[in-house]
Amino acid sequence: MTTNSSGAAGPRHKVVEAGVALLIAVFGVIVIIGSVKAGINWGAEGPRAGFFPFYIGLLIVVSSAINFWHVLRDGDGALFAEWGQLRQVMSVVIPTAIYVGAMPFTGLYLASIIFIGYFMRWLGKYRWLTVLGVAFGMPIVTYFIFERYFLVPLPKGPIEEWLGI
Amino acid sequence: MEELVNLFHGFAVALQPFNIMVMVLGIVLGVIIGVLPGLGGANGVAILLPLTFSMPPTSAIIMLSCIYWGALFGGAITSILFNIPGEPWSVATTFDGYPMAQQGKAGEALTAAFTSSFVGALFAVIMITLVAPLVASFALQFGPAEKFAVYFLAFCSFVGLSKEPPFKTIAAMMMGFALAAVGLDSITGQLRLTFGVTHLLNGFDFLIAVIGLFGIGEILLTMEEGLAFRGGKAKIDLKVVLQTWKGLPRYWLTMLRSCFIGCWMGITPAGATPASFMSYGIAKRVSKNGNNFGKGEIEGVIAPETAAHAAGTAALLPMLSLGVPGSPTAAVLLGGLLIWGLQPGPMLFVEQKEFVWGLIASMYLGNLFGLIIVLTCVPIFAAILRVPFSIIAPLILVLCAIGAYSVHSSTFDVMLMLVFGVVGYLLKKCNYPLAPLVLAIVLGDKAEEAFRQSLLGSQGSLGIFFSNPLVSTIMVLGLIALFWSVIQEGITRLRGTRTAAA
Repeated sequence: MTTNSSGAAGPRHKVVEAGVALLIAVFGVIVIIGSVKAGINWGAEGPRAGFFPFYIGLLIVVSSAINFWHVLRDGDGALFAEWGQLRQVMSVVIPTAIYVGAMPFTGLYLASIIFIGYFMRWLGKYRWLTVLGVAFGMPIVTYFIFERYFLVPLPKGPIEEWLGI
Repeated sequence: MEELVNLFHGFAVALQPFNIMVMVLGIVLGVIIGVLPGLGGANGVAILLPLTFSMPPTSAIIMLSCIYWGALFGGAITSILFNIPGEPWSVATTFDGYPMAQQGKAGEALTAAFTSSFVGALFAVIMITLVAPLVASFALQFGPAEKFAVYFLAFCSFVGLSKEPPFKTIAAMMMGFALAAVGLDSITGQLRLTFGVTHLLNGFDFLIAVIGLFGIGEILLTMEEGLAFRGGKAKIDLKVVLQTWKGLPRYWLTMLRSCFIGCWMGITPAGATPASFMSYGIAKRVSKNGNNFGKGEIEGVIAPETAAHAAGTAALLPMLSLGVPGSPTAAVLLGGLLIWGLQPGPMLFVEQKEFVWGLIASMYLGNLFGLIIVLTCVPIFAAILRVPFSIIAPLILVLCAIGAYSVHSSTFDVMLMLVFGVVGYLLKKCNYPLAPLVLAIVLGDKAEEAFRQSLLGSQGSLGIFFSNPLVSTIMVLGLIALFWSVIQEGITRLRGTRTAAA
């Protein structure tokens, strides 16, 4: 074990990197299957649609195999990240996933207000006044800059409809 | 001579009041983007790209390219004051910039950084003015085989020059090509790789990939490190500026060398980051004060900053004249051209004179304005960094979501952005380079088209890529770039045996 991991635990870098290499290889295999379906040989009008991506897929598989081999050969006991650090990362990913998933139903504005509010209140521990100020302020500013000034429509939900915006 | 006339027309375009306004706006936004963690040149431009859909193309590109210059300037502020590189290309600036700031010489370091950035940019713009039209007129004669050879060279330089392991670069790049291939095949009109998912009919938009990979991925990395900003105060007064300027001409040789390194690395799509490191390394080896490097030597700030800015600017040369962007940000700008209905490449210089020369003129003006703005407003920009990350992070995430949505008005794209973000975080942690991935998504279709058209002409024989001196030269250069690390190793080994024998 390396010294920097004293007392802290987490997934090892070697394992994660090998996993990433495998995932990339799987992606390559999917590309190859898709290309074969589209046709990889020559048709009446030259190379068919799958011709080029087929070789791309092959290259992905081959290079990830080499990367995988390198990881197994050179990998040491270093940590990928500590569990605490990964918890930090997940504390962003999960709310963002909910935010993104809710957007088609609630529209951008409501989702953003709740998202910013959650982030500031629970992760930043700010006073409610500051939280509400930023959480409402940002979407309102966004509305004026994007929709009014630059005429870029943003997704709206039932509340905006009810307000008639 | 014709170029000079064109350039003056360009200045007339760039000096229109509306264009000056977007220029200043772009620089200010760019510096903010450069200062903020999680927002960089590439994804900053990508998020703001939809804002320009309703503008005339010339104003739009002026604004976006000024965001780019601003981001290049902004990276230096955080690295010198906070020891946090706002952008990857300013990592080398922290080595000497931060020690200078700790010794109370933040003003000198910032002035030196901004001024040398400006010199680097100016050098690169002059080069673009002189060289780009020549390259473009030369490239007009390119057939599909030559076009593919240029793409080949661009992608091979990535493999040979990037500091990541070559097979990781290849894997990342090929993923980009695969993503670009999804959807409608432009030649046969056939659907491919969609697996029946209707959302994938139009393929993956690289803007979504850029916002996700660079924006969300960067935020996740920052979260993991649990950033706390501790930094000195910044104040630049005129006396410090003038004093530093008086000392700068002594370093003209360092600057000139860094300009050349920057331009070279910027044109080959290796980009600003390796250019800054290379320039720092060479300056350290050559300089009389080499031992002082890392302890707060002003030359150690000048060298990487000049090279980074020269490279960042020079990256636009191949983008304008060949349609091959030299950096992820240039790739986003190229995507912008396509959206505004302009075809990037040599024909731009023939058909869109006003656009091209307006842009080139705006590079001169934008960098000048940029220099003035950053020199005068450093304290304001530095204050942004004191806003805690738990406020900044959700705002940036919301901005990324808005940017991703407004590309095609699709909420599916926003989800895709998050997926790209998590992928970007994993890839970055595992030392896969993201720039070639993005460039491959942008250029994938064009490279494939050129490849297949060449093969059509030759009935499937790869010999077409070595059929005439021009295309063979480019292909051989590409192969040299591809195997560069192997060649380099071979040379050092040869030298090693020779000295051992002697």
